[in-house]
Amino acid sequence: MNFGFTEEQELLRQEVRKFLDAHCPLEEVRKLMETPEGFSRDLWKQMGELGWIGLPIAEVHGGAGLGWVDLVVLLEEMGRTLFPSPFLATTIAAAAIREAGSDAQQAQWLPLLADGSKIGSLAYLEASDRHDEAGLELAAKPNGAGFVLSGDKVQVLDAAAADLFVVAWRGGLAVVERNAKGVTVTPTPSIDQTRRVGRVRFDDVAVAAGAVLANPAALGRVLDLATAAVTAELLGAAEQAIRITVDYAKEREQFGQPIGRFQGVKHPLAEMYVDVESAKSILYYAAWCLDEGDADASRAVSLAKAYASEAFARIGIDAVQLHGGVGFTWEYDPHLYLKRSKWARPAFGDSDFHYDRAIALGEK
Amino acid sequence: MDFHFTPEEEAFRAEVRAFLDENLPPGTNTNDPSFIAEWNRKAREKRWIGFSWPKEVGGGGATIMQQVILKEEMSKRKAPPLGTCFMGLAWVGPAIIQYGTEAQKQRFIPDILDGKYQWCTGYSEPSSGSDLASLQCKCVREGDTYVVNGQKIWTSIAMWSKWIILLVRTDPNVTVKHDGITCLLVPMDTPGITVRPIKNMSGGAMFAEVFFDDVRVPVENRLGAEGQGWQVTVSALAHERSSIAEVEGLKRKLEEVKELARRSTKNGRPALEDDGIRRRIARYEAKIEGMRFNGMRALTKQLKGEPLGAETSINKLLRAELEVAFGEIALEMQGSAGHLEKEIDGGRWQRFALSWPEVVIGGGTPNIQKNIIAERVLGLPKD
Ligand SMILES: Cc1cc2nc3c(=O)[nH]c(=O)nc-3n(C[C@H](O)[C@H](O)[C@H](O)COP(=O)(O)OP(=O)(O)OC[C@H]3O[C@@H](n4cnc5c(N)ncnc54)[C@H](O)[C@@H]3O)c2cc1C
Repeated sequence: MNFGFTEEQELLRQEVRKFLDAHCPLEEVRKLMETPEGFSRDLWKQMGELGWIGLPIAEVHGGAGLGWVDLVVLLEEMGRTLFPSPFLATTIAAAAIREAGSDAQQAQWLPLLADGSKIGSLAYLEASDRHDEAGLELAAKPNGAGFVLSGDKVQVLDAAAADLFVVAWRGGLAVVERNAKGVTVTPTPSIDQTRRVGRVRFDDVAVAAGAVLANPAALGRVLDLATAAVTAELLGAAEQAIRITVDYAKEREQFGQPIGRFQGVKHPLAEMYVDVESAKSILYYAAWCLDEGDADASRAVSLAKAYASEAFARIGIDAVQLHGGVGFTWEYDPHLYLKRSKWARPAFGDSDFHYDRAIALGEK
Repeated sequence: MDFHFTPEEEAFRAEVRAFLDENLPPGTNTNDPSFIAEWNRKAREKRWIGFSWPKEVGGGGATIMQQVILKEEMSKRKAPPLGTCFMGLAWVGPAIIQYGTEAQKQRFIPDILDGKYQWCTGYSEPSSGSDLASLQCKCVREGDTYVVNGQKIWTSIAMWSKWIILLVRTDPNVTVKHDGITCLLVPMDTPGITVRPIKNMSGGAMFAEVFFDDVRVPVENRLGAEGQGWQVTVSALAHERSSIAEVEGLKRKLEEVKELARRSTKNGRPALEDDGIRRRIARYEAKIEGMRFNGMRALTKQLKGEPLGAETSINKLLRAELEVAFGEIALEMQGSAGHLEKEIDGGRWQRFALSWPEVVIGGGTPNIQKNIIAERVLGLPKD
């Protein structure tokens, strides 16, 4: 029995942390978030060369063949610095192709995603704002062996940067290239400038038979993988928001002492720490279940996401509040984390959705 | 990350299960004194009482994983405790093993393992609770005898105990209050000791005030060195680390809450179909799973020989929250009848809703756990 990270995983964490601290500290993030594209193509290329983009992609397809437990390490670190990049989007798209694609489809797309030469994104959420298949209303008319797609997808991660979309409809999944005829992408700016999302419109977009993924029933598992990934990233951010606030509480003095000595300050911080550590514990278990194909995976993913997004929402607010006036300034960092929590809370299902799902799964 | 067990560990798990199949068949009356006697005799034979203690003193010399497996299997089957001398097994024994003289070990350890009599714990005083190190119970040495004068309070089962592990102040003039405290092992029938039970809010009386009036204790009954009492007790309390049994207990309790929700009604429907109730239950489930895997992460650290920090405080806080919450949700689901003493299920939820202080206050209050986390983990200044 061993419920810890391996030496390799710890090493990976150190390397990623070193890389991000060196190349993309928060000052750099702040610069990038003001740019139209919102991320650095140069860093993206470097990450591809370091093998991080392909981390969970099979070796035969140009990846490192590692699992979701390893990915958690990477994403926690990216969350910590609010690293802006299409990594999450591409990882989820690759997971969808891996889970739902035939061998030939995987061989066609995954190597392009693994080295970062193409950016991918999963387009599944629609106006219904439902995180299950029943919410999918995109029209998919049979067209020979292929389909013609019409409708809108929203909240598509890094839609503007994506070269290809994995598009979901009821009972189907397909790869659609960004430059296909009838595809229109409109960025929908978030209050979290470090996170880019957009609307993707499909106007009678023809999908060839070869691009229709072989096993659409895998969507459920894809969403579980995506949710776990989102949770890892948000917990990294939540942990850092606590860290920043703790550091400030040690420094800032009022009434002749550090404010961190007041229990009105230290106790909420202790509570946030308990929540983040506990949600991390559940997430690690969930990631392990996903890697092992364990039947408990969906329930564990839902408990982790539900717990984590609720905790992060509170942490974002308290980080600002415990900083006092400077917490409200653009200059100090807490608002960046508060804003990230506003994206993360509903992303791939909010707490209510996942608590409902977890308890229903437990009844089966 | 790997949840698999070694073949030896699996074999041990099978051994425990077989023991349970044989000795705890369904429907066993675990309150029957002759069953308990037989149960403990067999557990003792297996050396599962004092399982973690060294073999030389009569313990089981178990590895950490074996201890975990034993606890887990026992609590899954709702097995009765292993051994009857609760505080002797939990901290008095470990303190004696670590700090006791050879003579003390021979005198006390076998009796603790055999459950010959009860020990009680005399730490808290009327003016020293959370701030335990401020304790003032006076102790003066006269030749080969210590003379104790003062008072203890909240001493659980003092009225049924034969011995007390006692913290006293031998040096009132120290600059650091943790120094100058000494640990004594005292027979409860020593002249000058008076026990006065305290009725608790459930109506029972499990703890007491204990008064010491010129109580004479031979120096050989001192545990550890004079002035070392704080370390003696703190390191012994640190033995109570793993939260496996608590997690299993909470999981069972949550199942009972769900079961109650199935047969209670809210707005004309089963309470378990009410969104509000369902989500509260799901939140408890998340916290219990959090505790379970927090425990595993801590265990992994222990197995690697890394010291534990404030990990136990995390689970203590979560547990405190859940113990209160379960009683609350149960009574709420019972609606107007929630306050009635024995109307539903014989009143077991009402008793539960009035017993949480044992856990929530008895083992260090939530505020104190938060201080520990904030100061020792987050590095915030001490208050
Ligand atoms: C059922 C039960 C059994 C017990 N059994 C034993 C026993 O066998 N032997 C024994 O020695 N003791 C025993 N105790 C005593 C127990 O250890 C103390 O009650 C506990 O340590 C709290 O001390 P106190 O009661 O003096 O409360 P106080 O310390 O006076 O606390 C009162 C309130 O103030 C808060 N508070 C105190 N200090 C701080 C601080 N620094 N920051 C923020 N808040 C603070 C506490 O959280 C609490 O809410 C038992 C208690 C109970 C309830």
